[in-house]
Amino acid sequence: MIDQFVIPLLKIVIVLNATLVAVSYMVLLERKVIAWAQSRLGPMRVGPYGILQPVADAVKLMIKEDITPVRADRWVFTAAPIISMVPALIVYAVIPFGPKVSLFGRQVSLSITDVNVGLLYVVSVASVGVYGIILAGYASNSKYPLLASLRASAQLISYEVAVTLTLVSVVLMAGTLSMVSIVDAQYNGRVWFAFVQPVAFVVFFIGALAETNRAPFDMPEAEQELTGGFHTEYSGMRFALFFLAEYANVIVASSVATTLFLGGWLRPFPNVAMLRFLGFIPSWTWFLIKSFVFLYIFIWVRATLPRYRYDQLMRLGWKVLIPLAIANLVVTGIVKVLLS
Amino acid sequence: MLSAYIPIAIFVVVATGFALFTLVFSSLLHPEKYNKVKLEPYECGIEPMTDARDRYSIRYYLVAMLFVIFDVETVFMFPWAVIFNKLLLFGLIEMLVFIFILLVGYYYAWQKGALEWV
Repeated sequence: MIDQFVIPLLKIVIVLNATLVAVSYMVLLERKVIAWAQSRLGPMRVGPYGILQPVADAVKLMIKEDITPVRADRWVFTAAPIISMVPALIVYAVIPFGPKVSLFGRQVSLSITDVNVGLLYVVSVASVGVYGIILAGYASNSKYPLLASLRASAQLISYEVAVTLTLVSVVLMAGTLSMVSIVDAQYNGRVWFAFVQPVAFVVFFIGALAETNRAPFDMPEAEQELTGGFHTEYSGMRFALFFLAEYANVIVASSVATTLFLGGWLRPFPNVAMLRFLGFIPSWTWFLIKSFVFLYIFIWVRATLPRYRYDQLMRLGWKVLIPLAIANLVVTGIVKVLLS
Repeated sequence: MLSAYIPIAIFVVVATGFALFTLVFSSLLHPEKYNKVKLEPYECGIEPMTDARDRYSIRYYLVAMLFVIFDVETVFMFPWAVIFNKLLLFGLIEMLVFIFILLVGYYYAWQKGALEWV
């Protein structure tokens, strides 16, 4: 009873809260980093150096007027942000933040659960979010959201193929789909998969940028052509849910990249005995540091690169990344057979 | 083994509950001063004449169909990749044949211009 319901529920509450805090502070971090990149200061008014800005934002979104346009489909219009947000959050269920630790005399694993098809679960659940976007555009019954949602869904499913293909080569290296076992495989193989699968790593990262609608692939929100993207008609809390989903997806992408390619919770060079003194740092700290590096790169890319054009985006996805991913898969298979 | 999915089910309930709770909670707080203009769909200040759900480019259908084909192919590769250590050469050749057929279709789609956006 306790092992099946109470402990998972506690972990879920902790992860949910951590995600919400991380999302709101990632928004602040993003504004700050982009401001520094452009020689500005960023938010400075709310609290010292603007660190209370997320709180002010949350309160503002809470008490904003929530508008449903007259022509919109009321129920779908409300359901869309929920459909978009729930998958973005429940992906965390299989992400391992650390190995088993003993807390209060009880063995607790630092992942909410460990299903044996973890990676497949991540891929499939993460793609359910597309429904939220397309329903939002369709229910709004307004031109810009509809166009943006079509674009967004075409973009998401295009890059999904390339990302899934690169994940197959990771599975080929690990021989398992469980997220915990993939990290264990990187421990036993004495190397992070980013170094044995560099092509997969790069393709995954580009795909992750596109899947999360981040710059330079933020066509669905190209404000110069589409005003606000698929959530143009949204305001108040329903808009906040979309916003939350978007940033939660970015954090999920960073965590998945960390788990698959950067050894998850493992410290650098986990098999080198000389570095054992690093063991005093708890394993989840490494996980958070690595994920944070990814988040920072996401923001850095946004501050640096200009936006792609839509046909360039589609060409990159279908004509460059997919052949690259297939070639990487074939080469990985051949090398594995040769080495065996 | 199925018990590993119980936390996921709990998480779905908690996440949905959180979303509904915030929506209900904010609906208690926010003002409601609607008027006709405020409730119109956004169209840069011009009154919308027709329904927005018009016909759109055929390209989107093509992308969707290609996606279904390629994604189903990748689903077949996952179990293969998991037991690759046992199959080795046999599995590799089988998968090369499979990928070859996939590439023939891919080449055909490319030549037909299905991958071009404009």
